Amino acid sequence: MSSITISAIRPRTSILDKSLSKGKGEVSLSCFALLFSELVQYCQNRVYTVPELQNKLAEMGAEVGHRITDLLVMREKNGKREIKLLNVLLFVKSTMWKSLFGREADKLEHANDDERTYYIIEKESLVNKFVSVPKDKGSLNCASFVAGIVEAVLCDCGFPAKVTAHWHKGTTYMVKFDDAVVARDKQLEDR
Amino acid sequence: MSRTGTKLDAKKVNSELFTLTYGALVAQLIKDYENVEDANKQLERMGYNIGIRLIEDFLARTGSGRCYDFRDTAEKIQSGFKIFLGITPSITNWSPAGDEFSLCFETNPLTEFVELPDNCSNLKYCNILTGVLRGACEMVQMEIACWFVQDQLKNDNITELRVKFVKRLEDAIPAGED
Repeated sequence: MSSITISAIRPRTSILDKSLSKGKGEVSLSCFALLFSELVQYCQNRVYTVPELQNKLAEMGAEVGHRITDLLVMREKNGKREIKLLNVLLFVKSTMWKSLFGREADKLEHANDDERTYYIIEKESLVNKFVSVPKDKGSLNCASFVAGIVEAVLCDCGFPAKVTAHWHKGTTYMVKFDDAVVARDKQLEDR
Repeated sequence: MSRTGTKLDAKKVNSELFTLTYGALVAQLIKDYENVEDANKQLERMGYNIGIRLIEDFLARTGSGRCYDFRDTAEKIQSGFKIFLGITPSITNWSPAGDEFSLCFETNPLTEFVELPDNCSNLKYCNILTGVLRGACEMVQMEIACWFVQDQLKNDNITELRVKFVKRLEDAIPAGED
């Protein structure tokens, strides 16, 4: 069958025509560290306070998170998303961490006193590796960027949560799920 | 591959993290500046800041000395791309005077997953690279100019980065003033 030409301009090949990369590519750590440093400086120049800076970093991280969710679900999970709370946390701790940072996060803990709070703990965070926090900005934690990634991944998977980064046993990401998420997970368990 | 026998361990990170982080940065610039030209400029400036620090790393890793001529420079820049981004652009299109060449990229980790929307047709997505080269060369007393002639994101077959030797800088000029 011969095709009929309708437009003289050939459509450009879309990014979706390419096959999905295996994700094994590597770049030098210096490259990433310097790029990240520029990113932090850029954010810093546009804000006045440390919390604002952390928010801005988290926003940028979220951009990464939104994209990595689909990528990982397609590549690592055959397109299937987790529906259980614990599984989605393990997905973040293992699959996501491994593909972004080359290894799993060190620990995943559940808060004793609050059922909707979880902690993901990382002894040495990649984004804090080369950062010396200035004295006047003591609470600054550039891992807010990673917190933003985690938050976006969880939210995109249907588990709305708030994720913040803290200095505790290295870097700790506190994950606070919405009440509805915990309630729904209980319902799943009951069945 | 970096030279064998170098003491420094070339630590690596996943290229997707790098790609997506860069993407987030570019997206933020476009949002903040609302003007593609300004975003291009800002990317170049950031690249410059990276370049003036990255050259240290390059020299420490490769232990290379002064460039003998501009062809030597071209090869060193090429090996820099190999070390830092894991790609080997080809060196082509030398000008007759030997003061200009092109680096041609078949693939580029910066542009993986990237598709330019129509309203960003003037965006030089990889403009950070031009800044990196300028900054790095300036630190070794070389002023160069650098720009993109072809871009795969704009439907060209390859991405071509043109590099031109401008002049040798004398030691007396303080770095970073422009």
